[in-house]
Amino acid sequence: MRVSEQGSGDTVRFRFDGVGYSGRMGDTVASALLASGVKLVARSFKYHRPRGILTAGSEEPNALITVGKGAQAEPNVRATVQEVYDGLEVFSQSAWPSLKFDAMAVNDLAAPFLGAGFYYKTFMWPKAFWEKLYEPVIRRAAGLGRLSGRHNPDTYDKAFAFCDLLVVGSGPSGLMAARVAADAGLDVILCEEDSRMGGRLLVEREDVGGVPAAQWAERQVEALAAMPNVRLMTRTTVTGAYDGGVFGALERVTHHVPRSGAPLECFWRITAARTVLAAGALERPIAFENNDRPGIMMAGAVRAYLNRWGVAAGQRVVVFGNNDDAHRTARDLHGAGVEVAALIDARADAEVGDVPYPVHLGAQVCGSTGRGGLTSVRVRTGAGEVNIKADCLAMSGGWNPTVHLTCHMNGRPAWREDIAAFVPTPDAIPSLEAAGACNGAFSTAACLAEGAEAASRVVEALGGAASVEMPEAEDAAYRIAPLWAVAGKGRAWLDFQNDVSVKDVKQAAVENFRSVEHMKRYTTQGMATDQGKNSNVGALAVLADATGRGIPETGVTTFRPPYSPVAIAALGAGAQGKGFAPERLTTSHKQSEEMGAPMIEAGLWYRPSYFPRDGETTWRQSCDREVGYVRKAVGVCDVSTLGKIDIQGPDAAKLLDFVYTGMFSTLKEGRVRYGLMLREDGTVMDDGTCARMGAEHYVMTTTTAAAGDVMRHLEFVCQMLHPEWDVTFTSVTEQWAQFAVAGPKSRELLNGVLGEAIDNESWPFMACGEATVLGVAGRLFRISFSGEHAYEVAVPARYGAALFAELVKRAEAMGGGAYGMEALNVLRIEKGHITHSEIHGRVMAFDVGMERMVSDKKDCVGKVLAAREGLVDPMRERMVGLRPVGAVKSLSAGAHIFDAGAAHVHENDQGYVTSVCFSPDVGTMIGLGFVKNGPARMGERMVVRDHVRDLTVEVEICSPVFVDPEGGRVRG
Amino acid sequence: MRIECPLCGGRDRREFYYKGAALVRPDVDAGAQAWDGYVHLRENPAGATLDLWQHEAGCGAWLVVSRDTVTHEVYGVQLAAAYSVGARA
Amino acid sequence: MDRLQATSPCAGLLPMTVGALSVEEMKAGPITSVAPFKGASMASVERALGVPFPAPLQSTGDTALRCVWVGQGEALLIGAVPDASLRSYAAVVDQSDAWAVVTLRGAQGPEALARLVPVDTRPARFGVGATMRTQLGHMNASITRLDEQTVMIAVFRSMAGTLVHDLRRALEAVAARS
Repeated sequence: MRVSEQGSGDTVRFRFDGVGYSGRMGDTVASALLASGVKLVARSFKYHRPRGILTAGSEEPNALITVGKGAQAEPNVRATVQEVYDGLEVFSQSAWPSLKFDAMAVNDLAAPFLGAGFYYKTFMWPKAFWEKLYEPVIRRAAGLGRLSGRHNPDTYDKAFAFCDLLVVGSGPSGLMAARVAADAGLDVILCEEDSRMGGRLLVEREDVGGVPAAQWAERQVEALAAMPNVRLMTRTTVTGAYDGGVFGALERVTHHVPRSGAPLECFWRITAARTVLAAGALERPIAFENNDRPGIMMAGAVRAYLNRWGVAAGQRVVVFGNNDDAHRTARDLHGAGVEVAALIDARADAEVGDVPYPVHLGAQVCGSTGRGGLTSVRVRTGAGEVNIKADCLAMSGGWNPTVHLTCHMNGRPAWREDIAAFVPTPDAIPSLEAAGACNGAFSTAACLAEGAEAASRVVEALGGAASVEMPEAEDAAYRIAPLWAVAGKGRAWLDFQNDVSVKDVKQAAVENFRSVEHMKRYTTQGMATDQGKNSNVGALAVLADATGRGIPETGVTTFRPPYSPVAIAALGAGAQGKGFAPERLTTSHKQSEEMGAPMIEAGLWYRPSYFPRDGETTWRQSCDREVGYVRKAVGVCDVSTLGKIDIQGPDAAKLLDFVYTGMFSTLKEGRVRYGLMLREDGTVMDDGTCARMGAEHYVMTTTTAAAGDVMRHLEFVCQMLHPEWDVTFTSVTEQWAQFAVAGPKSRELLNGVLGEAIDNESWPFMACGEATVLGVAGRLFRISFSGEHAYEVAVPARYGAALFAELVKRAEAMGGGAYGMEALNVLRIEKGHITHSEIHGRVMAFDVGMERMVSDKKDCVGKVLAAREGLVDPMRERMVGLRPVGAVKSLSAGAHIFDAGAAHVHENDQGYVTSVCFSPDVGTMIGLGFVKNGPARMGERMVVRDHVRDLTVEVEICSPVFVDPEGGRVRG
Repeated sequence: MRIECPLCGGRDRREFYYKGAALVRPDVDAGAQAWDGYVHLRENPAGATLDLWQHEAGCGAWLVVSRDTVTHEVYGVQLAAAYSVGARA
Repeated sequence: MDRLQATSPCAGLLPMTVGALSVEEMKAGPITSVAPFKGASMASVERALGVPFPAPLQSTGDTALRCVWVGQGEALLIGAVPDASLRSYAAVVDQSDAWAVVTLRGAQGPEALARLVPVDTRPARFGVGATMRTQLGHMNASITRLDEQTVMIAVFRSMAGTLVHDLRRALEAVAARS
């Protein structure tokens, strides 16, 4: 019921479970529903008990709703957080067929069988039933809301922010801290979870600095908003504290307005030199029989709805507490004209003063009645039990400082007896200081002072000078006598969201789950989406009692990020679709696509698989044709993706001798040499060619896959191992567009585009140098991956697209054309050239027949360990060619190799297949693989067995070079 | 986690590549034990470590970072080139 | 055909304007990587360069000829080909075609970059002439502030499409809030 129009905005209309309601701008769904007299808003998770609104903040355990419909439906939104707007549609959850009549409420009648650990006890046998029967049934019955199951069309955002001081929370401590730091010129970020800055100042009836608290807060916010060194972030929850002053924060950007296409949420990563935690405190319930009925609320929340939103949570309210703070609720309700049926304080010695409503000291609420909503409470006094009619009970078991963030780096909070609560351990997070209620200081004056002091220390630490003007404020002492659970027979609830009762916790203790972490997992206490914000401390107090220990000795469970739930979509913002990874495109990409080439990913690069022609129905047809280009005419392939590193300096040759197994200091200028790189443990890391362009100038090529690794390796060698060497390197992968021109007609083609014609004398095999290509200064390398007479021609990347088009056109006129990765792979397998399929991380130079390439004249990376006995053992798996000789002509990579007649089991394993292809030259499939003592077993018949594809093939071990074994073609 | 790059200043961990313990490479003839130690044997302390990182997405410098595996505190960072000269001397 | 036609890295992708921010491909002219050899006289290097060799996180020169620090011991000379004598003192590598270089213009530039770059780019912390190597999305980038309103962003040429895609997303996120 709305009792005051104070501060409320325009009327908005929204729907809850299809029924229209009106609210005011600034209302949450919770305040608007309470204003409309709606009490029953949800069913509980396990027993489907009717539940109402308990709190006025993000800690709400009961009032979970689904916002919106269809693909955009958002489950498990707290009604206490969701703001209303015109056209908003929200729905209750966990109830079927309806909130008022929920069929699953039979669970509540079966409660005696569903207590703590019932999953473990009930659903044990028979084993197969768990997956097939129990779990599906339980999953259907339980669950907190449902995802739409459709693609999420909403956009999410992420961002980085930096500041001198991050202030978490904008109550009196936070505002004061932000103001002091901002006045001193610090770069300040102030984050507030609510839609409005002010915290408890917005909901308490008291004065600060001579004006109403909310007004004082508003003035501070106005002043801060006008300062360029301050960033105010409302609707932003700081969710986690991480190493190095980094904090995660979730900003709810547009949940409070109709969808506009703008990002729904933004996940911030804030790096702060210093942080003041001013997160306030959360009120805790008291456990008594049926303390979960709709209408039973937190006293502070009842006060908040009244003072901030002008909403009375009931027409006849009983207030029940164990601390002075609860008295404020009775006072404010009465002041607003709401009937206070009774103020009940568990403390016999509480000071209440002269108040115009009934007061029961030393009394406890021990039960409640009312289906679907509270109708009366049962009160146990010294004179016996009485029933008091009420439609709302405002309860307060005291306040828990919001210590969560201080525990995110393994800190443990400390118990303070005087306030019966845990407070942060100082320095639990480096560079973070807690101030105000989250630090156990509960009066407004104390909060303001702690905020100002914390900020002053930050200002001074960062070399500034702080000036503070303290406003006058309320400074009442906080008095409390702990009361966790009222004795009684029925079920008294602790965790409202997971339906955990006092009995469950006691049962856990009886069954020896005495550790608080065990109790938590056995009962599911605190494991729901609210993470037990208002129930964990109560539960561990009950456990402490049941196990005869003190609370500090019992300890708390571990608080972990996030403080409140964060959508995966927000954490992964920007990484959907093309944001997942960069796309690296070659200069020929566009033309390759226009030619219909399907693209294959090579690292981040996209390369054409093959170039289909009309009439070709399979990739094999295209591939065979392209292989034919290179073997019989001329083929053109974009090889720009290979890593190219320009190496210069007096010690360039020294570096190359050290990172390659072979000698490069002896390489002549204008010549290219093949090189093999090892890791320090002797394993082959990469291979490629290196061209000597000048006395102190080389250009190294790496494989596409290892380009980054090799660059990093070179940096490592030159910075960590040999910082004394004078050598520099620069990646020129992107500077040059480079094309392989391969085949018997390659020279003929090139001579049409080169400024100066070449022949076998001027440009022999493994020659390199500068060359003019259609008027552009480029480079020419006579190297071959295909085993044919071949070149690689490079021009600055801006000319890449044009040169590719020209080369392809000319090749086509000569009976050749473009070839893709499939053909490239066939060509190299036919020649026994290795790729990372072969040098896969556990292969030595010895294994690929390159042990003679390890020069004995010098040290190189990997040399010492590559020479270890076991790594040069002839019985190692060593590279061979494989040719099917039986009826089955198929080969598959990954298959294993066995002796003929041996069982196909691990113990008999003789090796494995790494690469296979159909060879148009050989006329069957061929393969490369590794076989124990392979080179000594040429001609031997073995069996290739693929257990995955159920394929058994008889093969002959042969040389890995299937085409032109003499190597004459490359020199022609 | 953040690392203070001597050239670029404080940067987010995402910019760095991690390699492992910062050790001095033995001579070719240092013997099997020395090489085994360099390539394979690692301490796994709960406490202070000295390891190699590269500011890969930044200036490219290799760094020697001393830090604590328990508290995650970074005690100090220096260029690997400078560290290496000192460690080998 | 005696001359090949040139294509710029961002051809067909830019310019774009979203809200109050715009991105254009920069006609940078020649770009040369310069890495002085050990013990080379810096005076000789700078004479050949025409501008001072920049300290880490700095750039020197102006719109016509700019020298931008891009890593340990390495800078990019942008705008003109350096004097041939430089090769005696430094490794000189043509990089004119290796980078996609764009400018991001508008007062909200830092807000857009905050969506992509894990470093503070606000003018107060990243002033005119300052430069950094960092990540932009998942790409390694070089970012330099040219003036109060403008930053220059360079990534490897092959990722021009991703650069424009990522910037567009960031610009849209900023515009949606204005």
